[in-house]
Amino acid sequence: MAQKVLMKGNEAVAEAAIRAGCRLYFAYPITPQSELIEYMAKMMPKVNGTFIQAESEVAAINMIYGASGCGRRAMTSSSSPGISLKQEGISYIAGAKLPAVIVNVQRGGPGLGDIQPSQGDYFQATKGGGHGDYRVIVLAPNSVQEFADMAADAFDLADKYRNPVMILADGLLGQMMEPVEFKIAKTDQEIEELNKQHYDWCMRPNVDGEERHHHEINSLELDPNVLEKHVLSLNETYKKIEQNETSHEEYNINEDNEIFCVAFGTASRIVKSAITELKKKGHNVGLIRPRTVWPFPSEAINRAITGKVRKILVFELNLGQMVEDVQLSVNGKVPVDFMGRVGGIVFTPDEVIKKIQESL
Amino acid sequence: MKAEIICSGFGGQGVLTIGKFLAQAAMKEGKNVSWLPSYGPEMRGGTANVSVVISDEEIASPLVSKPNILVALNQPSLDKFGPETQKGGVILVNTDMTPNKLPREDVDIVNAPMSSIAIECGSTKVLNMVSIGLVIGKTKIVKFETIEQDLKEFLELKNPQLLSANMEALKRGMDFFKE
Amino acid sequence: MQVIAQRPKSLMKIPFTYCPGCLHGIAHRLIAEAMDELDICDKTMGVAPVGCSVFAYKFFDCDMAEAAHGRAPAVATGMRRARPDMCVFTYQGDGDLAAIGTAEIVHSANRGENITVFFVNNAIYGMTGGQMAPTTLPSMKTSTSPYGRDVNDIGYPIKASELLATLEAPYYIERVSLLSPQEIIKAKKSVLNALKYNKENRGFTFVEFISTCPTNWGIEPVKSREWARENMLKFFEIGCFRDRSKDHEGGEK
Ligand SMILES: Cc1ncc(C[n+]2csc(CCOP(=O)(O)OP(=O)(O)O)c2C)c(N)n1
Ligand code: SF4
Ligand SMILES: [Mg+2]
Repeated sequence: MAQKVLMKGNEAVAEAAIRAGCRLYFAYPITPQSELIEYMAKMMPKVNGTFIQAESEVAAINMIYGASGCGRRAMTSSSSPGISLKQEGISYIAGAKLPAVIVNVQRGGPGLGDIQPSQGDYFQATKGGGHGDYRVIVLAPNSVQEFADMAADAFDLADKYRNPVMILADGLLGQMMEPVEFKIAKTDQEIEELNKQHYDWCMRPNVDGEERHHHEINSLELDPNVLEKHVLSLNETYKKIEQNETSHEEYNINEDNEIFCVAFGTASRIVKSAITELKKKGHNVGLIRPRTVWPFPSEAINRAITGKVRKILVFELNLGQMVEDVQLSVNGKVPVDFMGRVGGIVFTPDEVIKKIQESL
Repeated sequence: MKAEIICSGFGGQGVLTIGKFLAQAAMKEGKNVSWLPSYGPEMRGGTANVSVVISDEEIASPLVSKPNILVALNQPSLDKFGPETQKGGVILVNTDMTPNKLPREDVDIVNAPMSSIAIECGSTKVLNMVSIGLVIGKTKIVKFETIEQDLKEFLELKNPQLLSANMEALKRGMDFFKE
Repeated sequence: MQVIAQRPKSLMKIPFTYCPGCLHGIAHRLIAEAMDELDICDKTMGVAPVGCSVFAYKFFDCDMAEAAHGRAPAVATGMRRARPDMCVFTYQGDGDLAAIGTAEIVHSANRGENITVFFVNNAIYGMTGGQMAPTTLPSMKTSTSPYGRDVNDIGYPIKASELLATLEAPYYIERVSLLSPQEIIKAKKSVLNALKYNKENRGFTFVEFISTCPTNWGIEPVKSREWARENMLKFFEIGCFRDRSKDHEGGEK
């Protein structure tokens, strides 16, 4: 049995990515994700991997484009302002159908903002971010363990759908230490097998004896009819992802809920604390926590609206960016209310309790 | 059981380490734990603090706003978190750096000259070990042996010559309640 | 009583937020003194970078903009084109100028924008806690070069002054040091030159300061200056790499 170690989220996700077979990492320093890049600087050489501190986030994401284009597991990470710079590259990666993993340890914005935890990049992450019709799979961990586990999930999903995957964390998850248990590291041989799954499209040498190939990594298509087909085929992929990969967690969801909450990531932990407190006082409030924020667990939310539910409360560390997705899921059945804090402030369980009690 | 701890002091007093040792020992004893530091430029010369939660149950919020154990190594820390400490909670005060007392009757205040004890043990650098000794001496939240072992493992790798001063500091903290 | 040292008028009356022994404050002071002496503060605008000097927009008593990381020369270009009647300067660190902002600095210089760039080279990323900078010395250890900067892998430090001096357009480029009072006096002369040429609309001017970062080098202030003298000055040679006033007029005016 693997031993638990006490580790920061930023370090845990880096370690987990290496174990999942990531051997190329490119990034630019930024608070509050710097421990991630520093961990990679230390550990990548020990596994014969590549670590480059890029000259900018723009350069880092384009290095990913190149490495992923060669069918290798590659990752970059940053925090909000740096993720904005990566958006152009993410659009190209999506257009060229490349697997890639991007970690966003969110901080308060807009602009330079501050360096405290925030969920202000929800729209950017889930609705596109860059130009064109594309989607990024977005995983939203709420503990150091899940942050680490999602590294492997992210690479698997990226490979399976040839699509960029973002892990949407925040400063709290990055800086916090919790016990974490790691999966067994992939061997060089296993990594080689993973690479091979991309041999029919990725850039690689023409080997004697094999049929010659000419693979292009590209997002340009000047013929509108061909481009339309391409975008529609991307859309088919997105539909499959919605069907197969939507994930959420339920806490205290039951037939007798009159109210339930929706919250993801760090916010969901605070809400859970509040709900546990309220439970002690005899109040029955549920929580649905999206583990994927795109695809969004709409069905689960809709299903939870049983006869008694009067209201849904959304809690976020932003000004209500997820509310629209919840409203679409609820489809007008019951009112949706919201509470959030911004500027890098995390609400306390007491604030959440107070908000819920207004509706009890 | 649920301990919600805040350790607070000047940057450089080692408060993050106090939290880390407590969290790590509790983890080894099978508890759920979380450790959350304050971070950013405010730490440059200013106050630093860390929230540690140790619990038998799963930890929902890792943010501690109302501690039941407070370690205040300087005046700003006592002023900031003293009034927030839960009724019946424990406050360990470094009297060497807190000229003003906290006017509260409903908490258990332990006044200890932690900096002086550290100097007696050989260096101000072992202040954090004095504090840990005090915390476990007072609250028994983790076993002395677990901390002792972690400390040995940690220092044997990094700085074996510092082990005796650190061990001494840990014990002096523990034994404070016997004196 | 004669006042021999006082806060330059061009500095706001608020304390700096730098670590003890950090030379950013001295660089600020030199710029402010030069602004006072040339009497240009009311007709000057500055651009602060992202780095330890991010709050420079609070420190200079002229109008100031805070730019995104690395983009200060582009922002300054926009400002100067919008207000050709004003002096515009940027103040940038090595990460800001020579990593993420390499394109902006090269092209502003190449266009010969009438701006002055003050470049503080401390061989490290100060603000984010000591990561490798494009100017980090060979073999120097930082938190992202934990085994020392390997020049075969990540390249040699970038000599920004020499690099920009390959361009035709820049009017004035000089590297100075802030490591001792004598050197600071020389640096002051260079700052004055740059801002004077700026005021005279002569084109792009650039001053690189060799500085320190006691906090992230982990060396106390006095020793850090010695360290910089022994190591940085060997790699980053002090000197004037361009002075067009000498080309045209056969000597300094
Ligand atoms: C797009 C973006 N990426 C990264 C950062 C984080 N960041 C802030 S300052 C800095 C480096 C500063 O180093 P330098 O320019 O050398 O200035 P110094 O602090 O050393 O004076 C970085 C990477 C940011 N603010 N924005
Ligand atoms: S971190 Fe370094 S550059 Fe920044 S203020 Fe401190 S000494 Fe100066
Ligand atoms: Mg620097």
